[in-house]
Amino acid sequence: MEQLTTIGLNHYLTISAILLSLGLFAVMTRKNAIVVLMGVELILNAANINFLAFSKYNGGMEGVMFALFVIVIAAAEAAIALAIVINIFKIFKSVDVSSIDSMKE
Amino acid sequence: MFELPSGAEIQGIIASLKASVGFFIPEIYLSVLFMLLILIDLVAKGRKNNLLSITTLLGLAGSIFFIYQQHSMPPGEFFFGMYVLDEFALFFKYFFVLSGILAVIVTMADEQFDREVKSMGEYYALIVAMVIGMIMMASSADLLMIFLSMELVSFTAYILTGYFKRNSRSSEAALKYLVYGAVSSGLMVYGFSLIFGLTAQTNLIKISTELATHGYDPLLMILLTLLILAGFGYKIGAVPFHFWSPDVYEGAPTPITAYLSVASKAAGFALLMRFFYIAVPHGGQPYEDILGIDWRSLLIILSVASMIYGNVVALWQKNVKRLLAYSSIAHAGYLILGIIVMDKFGTQATLIYLLSYFLMNFGAFFVVILIANKTGSENLDDYRGLGKKMPLAGAALTVFLVSLVGLPPTVGFIGKLMIFSALLTKGSLYIWLALIGIMTSVISLYYYMLIPLNMYLRESKQPDDTTFNPGMPAQILMVVLMVLTLYFGLFFTPLSDFAEYSSAMFGIVLQ
Repeated sequence: MEQLTTIGLNHYLTISAILLSLGLFAVMTRKNAIVVLMGVELILNAANINFLAFSKYNGGMEGVMFALFVIVIAAAEAAIALAIVINIFKIFKSVDVSSIDSMKE
Repeated sequence: MFELPSGAEIQGIIASLKASVGFFIPEIYLSVLFMLLILIDLVAKGRKNNLLSITTLLGLAGSIFFIYQQHSMPPGEFFFGMYVLDEFALFFKYFFVLSGILAVIVTMADEQFDREVKSMGEYYALIVAMVIGMIMMASSADLLMIFLSMELVSFTAYILTGYFKRNSRSSEAALKYLVYGAVSSGLMVYGFSLIFGLTAQTNLIKISTELATHGYDPLLMILLTLLILAGFGYKIGAVPFHFWSPDVYEGAPTPITAYLSVASKAAGFALLMRFFYIAVPHGGQPYEDILGIDWRSLLIILSVASMIYGNVVALWQKNVKRLLAYSSIAHAGYLILGIIVMDKFGTQATLIYLLSYFLMNFGAFFVVILIANKTGSENLDDYRGLGKKMPLAGAALTVFLVSLVGLPPTVGFIGKLMIFSALLTKGSLYIWLALIGIMTSVISLYYYMLIPLNMYLRESKQPDDTTFNPGMPAQILMVVLMVLTLYFGLFFTPLSDFAEYSSAMFGIVLQ
């Protein structure tokens, strides 16, 4: 009972593992490029939760700093990704990852 | 929870930053070059005057001077352990600057850019940005720095891959590169977060001491090694993280294909070596593991899978760029062989192999571009009869392909020889790996030799006697690369001396 009522490191880690699995699930099953990228964001945020939780329970600022940089990188990645996806939509009239497959032998 | 630093501490931090900047001059110089190129593009529009490309060439060549000056500096870490300067990093700095220079020259020779895009705009600036990113990848000693530099390289590579905006294949390649890259770097960051939780450190050397003194849970270690390998394996294009590479290599502009296949792969290997040699160097040490699996066994699996898959699937390819993509997967497998040896000789062999791969792969892609300029195609069938129409290009391509197979007297032979002999110095443990390597090289002989076969022994469907002349500068570069490939195949002492000098890594605990 003690385990369930007080929030400890394990709670954070569980949430982050669930987020990672959801992200991977989205990446593997969804066909819309935008949704795939949303799955990637989930994976990155799972890592962020890990960093912050470890930082809180270990002490030290490295984890917080790392999480900040991950957020910045995720924003930059979203900008580039949306630019590429918009370009794809202009050419193929679709953002379905499985239908954009002209090069397979 | 966290206390503010006192005034004296802040003074100390500023002094340390000032001292560190002295070790960072090539990167600062290249960043200035990057911004200068954007400014020049704003002022002087268009590609016709070649202003941008010449500036990039001169700028990159100038950075060699600053890198050369760093030889006199003592190896060490700076910027609070974020960044290191050692012989190993210097090797890769030269490597990346030279591949940037070659990428620019190859772009200038490629006529596809004239058809596809109106202006070269930020293209050259992005190439320089990628050089900076890769240099940082080879020199970073901290998880945060590794992540940031890898993303810098990835982002510029996505944009460069999709540089032909109206071309469907180029855009598709960019999308695939982006999706696979984003997922694998996300997994890698998750792995980093676990290793941070395990050790409460982000510096590689501190992680290593922490792991050695406190021990760790082997199952968790395997899990996070797998996650981190997803990020590194994606950069080096090894099976099973290779799915992007055939499509990206086929769809991207050919100079970018060459650049990615040589430089970005080498950056991945620099990171792989630095991370696993410094942070988790315990391969085969006396401690309990799940089934005795450690990162070295994972790399062995990756290597064998890459060698077999890359070489076998290449047999069916009809597009030369796609064929070279599968061959580059196979070469990633050979390069990993040098890493699993895990000693100074193995590092040296890997570096020599990277140098040889640089010469022969850039050469091969360069000739492919020259041929595509004339025939407008990269299909194997369109190479028929080209040996008579473009005698010099045909001869050069044959030399590069022979070198990619690894036959003497070319530099590719020296690379393979070093890798396999490094494996065999470990006794009988790795003989079977060396055997797989040699047998898959024999398989590769078939598909590489299909190209010269088509060029020399088969007549083209529309026989005509016109000969193509690719122009003087292109011919000079081709001959230089061909001569270097042959020369270093015979007199390889400078290569091996330089690689031996460069195999010194800061903070390494190997024998």
